[in-house]
Amino acid sequence: MMNYIFAAMILISVIVGLLSGNISSVSESILNDGVNAVELSIYMLGGMCVWGGIMRVAEKSGLTEKLCFLFRPIAKLLFRGVETHSRAFRLICMNITANLMGLGNAATPFGIEAMKELEKTSDRKTASPDMIVFTVLNTASITLLPTTVASLRLKHGSAEPLDVLGGILITSVASLAVSLTLAEILNFTKKDKL
Amino acid sequence: MKFTDIIIPIIFAAVIVYALSRKVNVWGEFIEGARDNFRVCVEIMPTLIAITVAIGMLRSSGAIALVGELLSPLISFLGFPEECIPLAFIRPISGSGALSVYESILSENGPDSFVGRVASVMMGSTETTFYTIAVYYGATKIQKTRHTLFCSLAGDFTGFVISVLAVNLLFGQSA
Repeated sequence: MMNYIFAAMILISVIVGLLSGNISSVSESILNDGVNAVELSIYMLGGMCVWGGIMRVAEKSGLTEKLCFLFRPIAKLLFRGVETHSRAFRLICMNITANLMGLGNAATPFGIEAMKELEKTSDRKTASPDMIVFTVLNTASITLLPTTVASLRLKHGSAEPLDVLGGILITSVASLAVSLTLAEILNFTKKDKL
Repeated sequence: MKFTDIIIPIIFAAVIVYALSRKVNVWGEFIEGARDNFRVCVEIMPTLIAITVAIGMLRSSGAIALVGELLSPLISFLGFPEECIPLAFIRPISGSGALSVYESILSENGPDSFVGRVASVMMGSTETTFYTIAVYYGATKIQKTRHTLFCSLAGDFTGFVISVLAVNLLFGQSA
C-alpha cells in the first residue's frame, strides 16, 4: 500500500510540477524537505526519551497496571486479539489516557511501543486487525481538551475560546465512529485474505 | 494556570514518589527507558524523511492546491466554507502546515466568525493522519498497512462535513 502511495506522490508531484511550472520548487523540496523531518525527529527525541524514562519507572513500580483498569472495558472491546495482561494492552491504555488528556507528545511514545508489541504477536509483514484499529484510533482526535485550538483562538481575540468545545466533541465522536466502524467491518470482511 | 500546565508535573512527581515507595531504582530505570525510546526515534527517522519529502514535493508542485480547486464546486455544494478548503487538504498531511493555515483563517476572519469556528472545530476534531500512520508503522517492519489509511481518511472526511453541520447547529450560519 505504502509502496503505491509513495510512488504516486512522487510521480504526481513531478508531473504537476512540470505542467504548472513549479518544478524548481519541487526540486527544492527534494533537496531540502528531508531536513524538516530530521528537525522534527530531533524535537521528538527529547520528549520521547523523557516519556520513555518515566514510563519505564511507572511500569516497574506497577503503576501502569493500576491505571489500565480504567480503560479495560473499552480497550477489551476494541482490541480483541490482545491479552489484557500483556504489555501491549498496558501500552494501549497509556496511549488512550494520554490522548484523552490532550498530551499528544506523551501519547506518541506509548503508541509506538504498543505497535512494536502488537507486531510481536503476528510475524507477518502485514498489519494485524488490532494494529489497524489502534492506528485508526490515533489518527482520530480523542482529546477532551483541545488546548492548541483554545490558545490560538485566545491569541486571535476570541471572546469565548472554548465555546467550540461542544462542536469539537460532536465532530470527534462522529469521525471516530465512522473510521472505527469501517475498520471493524473491513477487518471482518477481509480476514480471509490475510 | 491551565489544567494541562499542572497535569504533567503532577504525573511526574506522582510516578517518582510511587516508584520510590516500591523500592524501584528510579534513576537507572529512567535512563534505560530513555535509551529504548532514543533507539526507536532514530529507527523511524528514515520513514519520516521519506514521507516528509514526498509531501513537500506534492505541496510545492501545486498538486494539493489543484485538487482543492477541482473539488471546490462539490465542496461548496456541501455548504463547506470556501476559506476552510485549504485547511481540509493540509490537515491530514502536515501538522505545522495546518497550524499556519488555521492561524491565517483566524486572523483574516476572526475566531468568533462562522468560518473561524468551523476551522476551529476541524482543527480540534482531527489529527495529522499521514504523519501518525508513518510514525506508528515506521516503528515496525509492517509493509502492508491494508485499510488503515482508507479508514482514517474516511474519518477525517466525516469530521470535515460534520464540523460545518455542528457549527450551524450550535451557533447558526450568521454567528
